[in-house]
Amino acid sequence: MAAVQDTAVAVGTGASSRPAAQSRLARIWASHGAGYMFLLPWLIGFFGLTLGPAIASLYLSFTNFDLIRAPEWIGTANYARIATADPKFAAAVKVTFLYVVLSVPFKLAFALLVAILLDRGVRGLTVYRAIFYLPSLLGGSVAIAVLWRQLFAGDGLINSLLAQFGIEGPSWISHPDYSIWTLVVLSVWQFGSPMIIFLAGLRQVPTDMYEAASLDGASKFRQFYKITLPLLTPVIFFNAVVQTIDAFKAFTPAFIISGGTGGPINSTLFYTLYLYQEAFGNFRMGYASALAWILVLIIGLFTAFSFLTSRYWVHYDD
Amino acid sequence: MTDATMSSVTAPPPVPTGRRGPVGSVLVHAALIAASIAMVYPLLWMISASVRPEDEIFASTSLWPSSVDFSSYVRGWFGLDVSFGRFFWNSLVIAVLTVVGNVVACSLAAYAFARLRFAGRKFWFAIMLGTMMIPYHVTLIPQYVLFLDLGWVNTFLPLVVPKFLASDAFFIFLMVQFFRGIPRELDEAAMMDGCGAWRIYWKIMLPLSLPVLATAAIFSFIWTWDDFFGPLIYLNDMNSYTIQLGLRTFVDSSSTSDWGGLFAMSTLSLVPVFFFFLFFQRLLIEGIATTGMKR
Repeated sequence: MAAVQDTAVAVGTGASSRPAAQSRLARIWASHGAGYMFLLPWLIGFFGLTLGPAIASLYLSFTNFDLIRAPEWIGTANYARIATADPKFAAAVKVTFLYVVLSVPFKLAFALLVAILLDRGVRGLTVYRAIFYLPSLLGGSVAIAVLWRQLFAGDGLINSLLAQFGIEGPSWISHPDYSIWTLVVLSVWQFGSPMIIFLAGLRQVPTDMYEAASLDGASKFRQFYKITLPLLTPVIFFNAVVQTIDAFKAFTPAFIISGGTGGPINSTLFYTLYLYQEAFGNFRMGYASALAWILVLIIGLFTAFSFLTSRYWVHYDD
Repeated sequence: MTDATMSSVTAPPPVPTGRRGPVGSVLVHAALIAASIAMVYPLLWMISASVRPEDEIFASTSLWPSSVDFSSYVRGWFGLDVSFGRFFWNSLVIAVLTVVGNVVACSLAAYAFARLRFAGRKFWFAIMLGTMMIPYHVTLIPQYVLFLDLGWVNTFLPLVVPKFLASDAFFIFLMVQFFRGIPRELDEAAMMDGCGAWRIYWKIMLPLSLPVLATAAIFSFIWTWDDFFGPLIYLNDMNSYTIQLGLRTFVDSSSTSDWGGLFAMSTLSLVPVFFFFLFFQRLLIEGIATTGMKR
């Protein structure tokens, strides 16, 4: 459009020096304009919904803000309170770390184990894969969290099953020592998507390596340990980072199972649940913004740490 | 990368290499079958509980109801002040608009990144990848304030409009990967024939990219359908509730009284996702294997 107009102007004025300049403009437009036209929706979104709000949130984290009155600058008071005087923050960090440390290794170990069982030559691979993948697809919904709440209730299905073996189980979800485990089990139940990524990774391991190793008399365990595992480390690394970041951000199951409280005794108070309570329960928007930035810091530090340590155990092809 | 991984995931497994003997094979199947049963047992139990007579729900751990009774579905459907029909409709509207927004806006951006040359392309691409790493909690509160000022709270707009601005960078990345695999000769030939960028995008890229567009559409639908946090924050009036909010309200209002109705509505809420699982499983699995996305 602009190019056409510019050309028209140039023709109209008839100035001899103009056409060269105008056609340069037209060329710039032709080579760059189209790109920016296609990028326009994303650019608007980036500035309006990501960069702008991120800056605003950084500012808000240094204020007192309840949505009604204008934000009031209080310096680093929010951060000081988080660091020194907020037992709920400490509880939320503890619960979230516990959840990450328990759920991610179990989930990945399960995913890897099943992927190895499924790899190469198992009949009915597609059926098994489908069954194991289904929970990953459904698991994020409220319906599954509701189901979990029943499964692990005092009179729930798990305890009915245990009763058949003469075991009397506790009310898992309302006992502060066990409630986090119900969420861990829910997470491990959704091992299907890392499993599929492992399967794809296992397919990349060349079969002739195993054949050569067999000829040399290497046992299967040794083959796994010396060939499969090293070649799979990039995939393990990828899955570990993705699943950990995901676990830090978990929200729905804890919200539904605890009825939004994070109870009993803060034992399911995930970090994001606490952030939600502060922002939309207590309307401490400034404080919640500070919590959000702490979360970014935690995830950022974790990611940086993973990448730094990865060079010591992740094997990349040269 | 994409092609190699995709075909390796979906192609029939290579001829058995005989790494397992018959005994090993039986053991493997026994383990896999046991694991499969453990995985689906809770789901099947919920479905069976939804069609049991009410007094029988907690009495039995078996999957077969003594008699089939759909009254839980009727009770559940009308269990709240607003019927579940309304919640399903709201979820459907939001999910469909999200799918359209994501497919249109993300494919436009992806085309620019994959094919067009313009100053700053690499810079913006790096920024776009960076936005995938940022937890949404950082932008949550200012976005809420913005939508509150615009008067959008309690409408579907805060949930849908960002999708038309390509806010799900993940799908841009997915599409860029796919677009890069389409032979450039096609665009170049079209350009010789005088096609502009728009026509190439519309007549060549999109028609050749149906698999990735479908993958993005299906994941958009499922994630939006399951989304709880967004609707929880932006929708306060029960008439605008999504199915997930409806279920949550149901749990809170009848936590121990009507499990039958709750399970019936929970089962229904899973049906659309299950439908995509049944008919588009291959696309979903390829999508995960190629990009390593989380679900």
